[in-house]
Amino acid sequence: MTINGVLQILIFFLVILLVTKPMGAYMTRVFSGGRTWLDPIFRRVERLFYRLCGVDPDQDMRWTTYAYSLLMFSAVGLLLSYALLRLQGYLPLNPQHFGAKQMTPDLAFNTAASFTSNTNWQSYSPETTVSYFSNMVSLAIHNWMSAAVGLAVAIALVRGLARRSAQGIGNFWVDITRATLYVLLPICLVYALFLVWQGVPQNFSHYIQATTMEGPKQTIAQGPVASQEAIKMLGTNGGGFFNANSAHPYENPTPLSNFIEMLSIFLIPAGLTYTFGKMVGNTRQGWALFAAMSVLFLAGAFTCYHFEQAGNPNVARLGIETHSTSNQPGGNMEGKEVRFGIADSALFATITTDASCGAVNSMHDSFTPFGGLVPLFNMMTGEVIFGGVGAGLYGMLIFAILAVFIAGLMVGRTPEYVGKKIEQYEVKMATLIVLILAADILCFTALSTNFKLPPGKNSETITSADLGAGKKLAATPATWNRVDGSNPPVYEGATWNNTHNPGAHGFSEILYAYTSAAGNNGSAFAGLTTDTPYYNLTMGLAMLIGRFLMIVPVLAIAGSLAAKKYVPVSAGTFPTDSGTFVALLIGVVIIVSALTFFPALALGPIVEHLQMLQGAMF
Amino acid sequence: MFRQLRPAITMVIAITVLTGFIYPFVITGIAQTLFPKQANGSLIRWNGHIVGSKLIGQNFTGPMWFHPRPSAAGNGYNATQSGGSNLGPTNRALIDRIKQSTEQYRKENGLPPGAPIPADAVTESASGLDPDISPANADLQATRIAKARGLPSATVNRLIAQHTQQRTLGFLGEPRVNVLELNLELARVAINKRR
Repeated sequence: MTINGVLQILIFFLVILLVTKPMGAYMTRVFSGGRTWLDPIFRRVERLFYRLCGVDPDQDMRWTTYAYSLLMFSAVGLLLSYALLRLQGYLPLNPQHFGAKQMTPDLAFNTAASFTSNTNWQSYSPETTVSYFSNMVSLAIHNWMSAAVGLAVAIALVRGLARRSAQGIGNFWVDITRATLYVLLPICLVYALFLVWQGVPQNFSHYIQATTMEGPKQTIAQGPVASQEAIKMLGTNGGGFFNANSAHPYENPTPLSNFIEMLSIFLIPAGLTYTFGKMVGNTRQGWALFAAMSVLFLAGAFTCYHFEQAGNPNVARLGIETHSTSNQPGGNMEGKEVRFGIADSALFATITTDASCGAVNSMHDSFTPFGGLVPLFNMMTGEVIFGGVGAGLYGMLIFAILAVFIAGLMVGRTPEYVGKKIEQYEVKMATLIVLILAADILCFTALSTNFKLPPGKNSETITSADLGAGKKLAATPATWNRVDGSNPPVYEGATWNNTHNPGAHGFSEILYAYTSAAGNNGSAFAGLTTDTPYYNLTMGLAMLIGRFLMIVPVLAIAGSLAAKKYVPVSAGTFPTDSGTFVALLIGVVIIVSALTFFPALALGPIVEHLQMLQGAMF
Repeated sequence: MFRQLRPAITMVIAITVLTGFIYPFVITGIAQTLFPKQANGSLIRWNGHIVGSKLIGQNFTGPMWFHPRPSAAGNGYNATQSGGSNLGPTNRALIDRIKQSTEQYRKENGLPPGAPIPADAVTESASGLDPDISPANADLQATRIAKARGLPSATVNRLIAQHTQQRTLGFLGEPRVNVLELNLELARVAINKRR
């Protein structure tokens, strides 16, 4: 690690610390229905939205109505995107003439589910698959809508904690409208223009044909990149305009744009901790969550940075500089950009997986084993370290409920959290949430690493030669992979040949994929080929489960808490704004995640680390 | 049961119109007015035709040019197929490739066997379109270029120094040299010399 690298991480954290209160206070006003300085501009648009949609903004919804509205809204968005993606060949703004041939049914399902669930996993390569229209409308609208939904759920849960003996938890339509108009839109307007200034393109022209200095032609992809980049980062979505995502110089051209992109991932999630404290009437409660998140964030950032700078001994042995000097970055530069170097790449990887963003400015697949373990573990915590827009706060509040429950067990008292008794119902729901995430990740990973069924009678065989002709690797019962050169022929099912790396790393690729899907992150060990019917369908399901099966129990807790009376603080109350609670909360997050996922991690990055140190190669 | 269906449909449409159409077109309008160069891809023209983009790396193989990093985008610097190699740290393919690149780099630049090589010179970037190399990488190539072009080494070193971008605000990112801009400068020097 270098002094400058450490400084970059600490300055980033300092800036987050500084923006948390103003951002949180502003969002408190927005979601309490208070006046903001944007009212003169957006108040009329807001009223227009309610009129068009037939919404009574004063109606207070029970949690069931709230959840039902949310599911309907997301279902409509999902179907719309699926239809628009399949029909992209007939839609405008398509200078490269992409059609349904590129956007197959399974891929369109995966992509629509991915963007609706705020995951933004990309089984496709954008430059060669989707039109400008698909990027800008069919996909980017979900960057807004899913971020607004996440914010709404977090605010609803906070209302549940803050309200006393109340029936409702707010109005879903009002919450997403205000989230879009007063939080996301104004920031994105300024932010997108900043990105253009830094060099991010914003046009609708054909791909540019350049004749390079040495003669060969270079085709350069273009598009309305900046407008999408802004909401992609701010809404912790992460779906890149280009395949290389925020590593692409057109998405992230300078160290300054990189710093602002990292900042914009954490801006809303950090601010929400303050909003929470403000709404429950004790800002120290919010800062306690902030403190727990900060410790976990800094631990992850420095761990990742350390291992990436230490580099790969197998590479160092060839006479490659691994130590950083004043004029070269050293470390593990495979899959990293020179302008970001090691520190900014490790920091970005930590931030993007702490949050449910999933944008990447370096290729995680090429990280050292422990450098790659950090993003993987971050996602396995349920992305509660600042976390996704809204999703991070409600995830951490679920852990807070578990933490006070465990503390209550130790002293034999009914636990309380911010003045609400935590009882059987809440703990059941919180446990359910933790279990759903674990099952979602582990069951799909186990299935995919063991999926070997004999081919059926009418099975079509796919060999590597067929792949060149554009065929997809097998995955439906009607298609099977034949292992090249095997005699007698060996057939393998869905996952054969999809991993890009052999050995433990190949297992890590599959584990990472389902962790990313279930956690709605969207970053990848991108060597894994997932554009096959099997992966598209299972990952699409994993994403929808990881999103909506989590949100419903969260809203159930919100509804149950809202109805409860306020319990005044007494001598027996465990103070949840203290250092003890922060330590307990960190402990619960780490222990729950580590106990659940250690065996899987041991088979992947941990064993690979030991192999790497021994100089083993595969 | 279907009472929330109408708002669900109309809200999706309203947000789509606002964020899928109005927002990107407004941004495009302002961006094309305020920052036309960047908004159109920071393209560079040479003798009237487009030779590339300042931000997008392109391949140089001849001995008279600074070479960029190895690239995994398509067959190398394909700017419609961005991406990294995604090879893991214990993959023999990665180690073999780096070994080969290292030997080639030493040979091209007249370096003795075992001479330390900057990591960025033999590793593939994340985008496959990295426009930059580290100053150390540029320095190691200077002697070869000076020889191929018949320029004094000092001139080439001066050009590298002129085109080295330091960390933004003194602490952000890493020092770097834009390969295309530096090579264009070499071409300009060559033209001036002929005059």
